[in-house]
Amino acid sequence: MSGPLLEVTGLHKSFEKHHVLKGIDFSVERGERVAIIGGSGSGKSTFLRCLNFMETLSKGTITLDGQRIGTTGSNGTITYPERQLCDVRERLGMVFQQFNLFPHMTVLQNVMEGLVTVKKLSKERARDIAIRELAKVGLAEKHDAWPSRLSGGQQQRVAIARALSMEPEVLLFDEPTSSLDPELVGEVLRVIRDLADEGRTMLLVTHELGFAYHFATKVIFLADGVFHEVGTPDEVLKNPKQAKTQEFLRRFGEFAF
Amino acid sequence: MNYTIDFSLVTDNWIVLWRGVVVTLQLWIPAIVLGLTGGFFIAQLRLSKRRLLSAPSLVYVELFRDTPVLIQLIWFFYAFPALIGTQLSPFVAALMALALNTSAYSAELFRGGITSIHRGQMEAAKAIGMSQAQAMRRVILPQVIKRMLPALTNRVIEVAKMSSLASVLSVHELMYQGRLLSATYYRPFEILTAVAFIYFMLIYPGTFLAGRLEKHLARSN
Repeated sequence: MSGPLLEVTGLHKSFEKHHVLKGIDFSVERGERVAIIGGSGSGKSTFLRCLNFMETLSKGTITLDGQRIGTTGSNGTITYPERQLCDVRERLGMVFQQFNLFPHMTVLQNVMEGLVTVKKLSKERARDIAIRELAKVGLAEKHDAWPSRLSGGQQQRVAIARALSMEPEVLLFDEPTSSLDPELVGEVLRVIRDLADEGRTMLLVTHELGFAYHFATKVIFLADGVFHEVGTPDEVLKNPKQAKTQEFLRRFGEFAF
Repeated sequence: MNYTIDFSLVTDNWIVLWRGVVVTLQLWIPAIVLGLTGGFFIAQLRLSKRRLLSAPSLVYVELFRDTPVLIQLIWFFYAFPALIGTQLSPFVAALMALALNTSAYSAELFRGGITSIHRGQMEAAKAIGMSQAQAMRRVILPQVIKRMLPALTNRVIEVAKMSSLASVLSVHELMYQGRLLSATYYRPFEILTAVAFIYFMLIYPGTFLAGRLEKHLARSN
């Protein structure tokens, strides 16, 4: 199939009177890895969450693999049938800043859950897949542990395995290392890097600019609700053209050694 | 003081009390099942963003919580013939009042429980493609029930004891049978002591099991 895998046009998002995203056009090709950076409150997480409809769009359209999401009514308003959103979310895996593992399920059950409940696979089949995905994130020995007994890094790796188990076409990472102790960041970033090496399509909202530089095929600097600067990691992170981007990166580099 | 305590009356009339136990269970168990199920759905209405759904459910909850159960029981018995011209049997009127009262109380328990679960849980469930209903059943509700268990146990106990109020409608449950025996033999001390003991024996196994379940669910902490 030709054309972008995911395409966003004219995206606006407001919370009450607060206009967070002010008209975003964006597309992702298969195999692209996009890092989204920006100051806190710039709307980068909101943007990512709009893609799989964790937030409802105030305006704009999203097209997944050529298919426009939502149905337009006779009066022009777009409605999003639940079945369609479930299907979209199944195809766009998401990893959250706070991991959000299901605390009443073991590690293995967490990874099996979507397979059994959503994909309707048999328990045996789901277990095989879950075991494989957990091995991939280096947690083969933690199957029967409760999430509450794991470190933040381990929890996040389980969350990645849970997302992977659904075989998503795109992976969305919403600041996956922001709530981790510094010494645990590496183990999660290594897993994400391994996924990048598999050629997966990924979007990553992050403050880890060094990782973004090595990881991404495209970097987006979001500020004031728009894509302020878009380009290759070298263009945006090493030779930014916009004053705002330069200012942002300078603040990040302030305490570098 | 030449009163001699004599429990032979209780053992001689065990069949009368046993019939009461059966009716008490027939009130208690369905009232719990209907009340908790109803309460869950009313909680969903209470949590709705649409005023048209949340406002009436709030009125419903407050009406049942803020008036005496005894009046509710009597009201269901007498109000129906007056309002719609059909007479409910005392048993059905009592069961309805108990179930609806329980639904109002447990709606508040469910509502509190559901809102106490972190938003990220619903999001994580939806992110793997679950529908609202699947997320509720597989992810939210199990955590809510774990959190609510002590309060739920209390409610279940309350309903068992509340069912004794059905005796005022001449429903032949345990309390009614006890009062019948008391009046017949004029031995309220022995008979009501026995009735209290039977209530205890009905309720205690339930609270014991609830305690075990609480421990079992705590293993993921």
